[in-house]
Amino acid sequence: MSLESILAQFRDPDAARALAAAIRTRSTRPARLMEFCGGHTHAILRFGIPSLLPETVDLRSGPGCPVCVTAAGDLDRAIALAQVPDVILTTFGDMIRVPGSRLSLAQAKAQGADVRVVYSPLDALRIAQETPARPVIFLGVGFETTAPMVASTVLAAEAAGVRNFTVFSTHKLTPPATRAILAAGEVALDGIIGPGHVTTVIGAAAWRFLPQEYAIPCAIAGFEPLDLLRAILSLVEMVEQGRADVTNTYARSVRLEGNAPALAALERVFEVADVEWRGFGVVPASGLALREAYARFDAARAFPVDVPPAKELPGCRCGEVLRGVLLPTECALFARVCTPQNPTGPCMVSAEGACAAYYRYGERI
Amino acid sequence: MCLGIPGKVIEIDDTPLMRMGKVDFGGIVREVCLGYVPEVELGDYVIVHAGFAISQLDETEAFETIRLMQEVGMLGEEATPV
Repeated sequence: MSLESILAQFRDPDAARALAAAIRTRSTRPARLMEFCGGHTHAILRFGIPSLLPETVDLRSGPGCPVCVTAAGDLDRAIALAQVPDVILTTFGDMIRVPGSRLSLAQAKAQGADVRVVYSPLDALRIAQETPARPVIFLGVGFETTAPMVASTVLAAEAAGVRNFTVFSTHKLTPPATRAILAAGEVALDGIIGPGHVTTVIGAAAWRFLPQEYAIPCAIAGFEPLDLLRAILSLVEMVEQGRADVTNTYARSVRLEGNAPALAALERVFEVADVEWRGFGVVPASGLALREAYARFDAARAFPVDVPPAKELPGCRCGEVLRGVLLPTECALFARVCTPQNPTGPCMVSAEGACAAYYRYGERI
Repeated sequence: MCLGIPGKVIEIDDTPLMRMGKVDFGGIVREVCLGYVPEVELGDYVIVHAGFAISQLDETEAFETIRLMQEVGMLGEEATPV
């Protein structure tokens, strides 16, 4: 059997129904589970998984949407960088339409700033090499999955002697945000669905603090319906048994120790820093800043810009949605004022935002 | 953001600076950095994020997972007779 046909089986409806039946049979106690990752939120709703689950199982979205958790102040700073004369600001598509305190990057572009969407940070480096007379800034957004790619790009820029390429890092780390949610205690959680691609990089062992320090089970999941149902079944079984472990239901990609070369590049270029998250405030040791040795690739140091204090988006409750405290449908603006066509806040803009997922796939049952 | 797409490695270019290659995603071919998957060989499957392969897809694990889920499926059917 080819690997393609095996991968197709991860969407097999009969197997999904059987797994869901197993979850319904085994679940007797309330189990509130948080999927950290915004990609999981979208997959869960797209495949209609909540409709297959018993009432005992309550799924909550977490802060795993990098665009959504980017602080308004960081976005304002990125927009100010885009407005520096001659600068080409490059970033991933999702960031462009997120409203800052005054403007979005798309609006800055309409006013004349050179803002370009790239698929990979390597594309941004290529632009820098093709336009040596202009500074090219890459707005680095993303978790541990993405940060090594940016680290690699910085190392490639150094090796190639590129002098007009810098990075504005808003990279963030996922375990500290998970800790922040648990420490705040605003929402009682019985299990965590671990992010599959973050964990491909950091390794399943990085989540052992959940059972060890918080007595909460964690199941690392892939992004197909059977992956998610299997992770939910694993968490339900642990909740029923009063047991907390880390299980890996995405073993075709996730290894215990993660991706060593990716982690080495990340460690070489970045150091851990206290950074601000939308909805959380400053979370200690939760972000990545360029190390002193790579200071010349740091856009924040190369282009000091003055940015007025950030303003919150009026009425937007993204912060509470990101902490799992509020469901998108509980926000007064949801689908009335705030839609993907005319979004008030980032959780409705981003392809991974919980509000966008609820809007697109309907309310959870 | 953390989107990862599985594809098949169809070309490897071991340049001194960065291991690059071409990956076939069901007919669409893209240039991909293979620097983080040094063990990958032609014909292997990788998971690609933002132009970089982040893991080699473990075929044995994929088969094993499907086999395990088929078992769970049977258990589920036994537990809820219709």
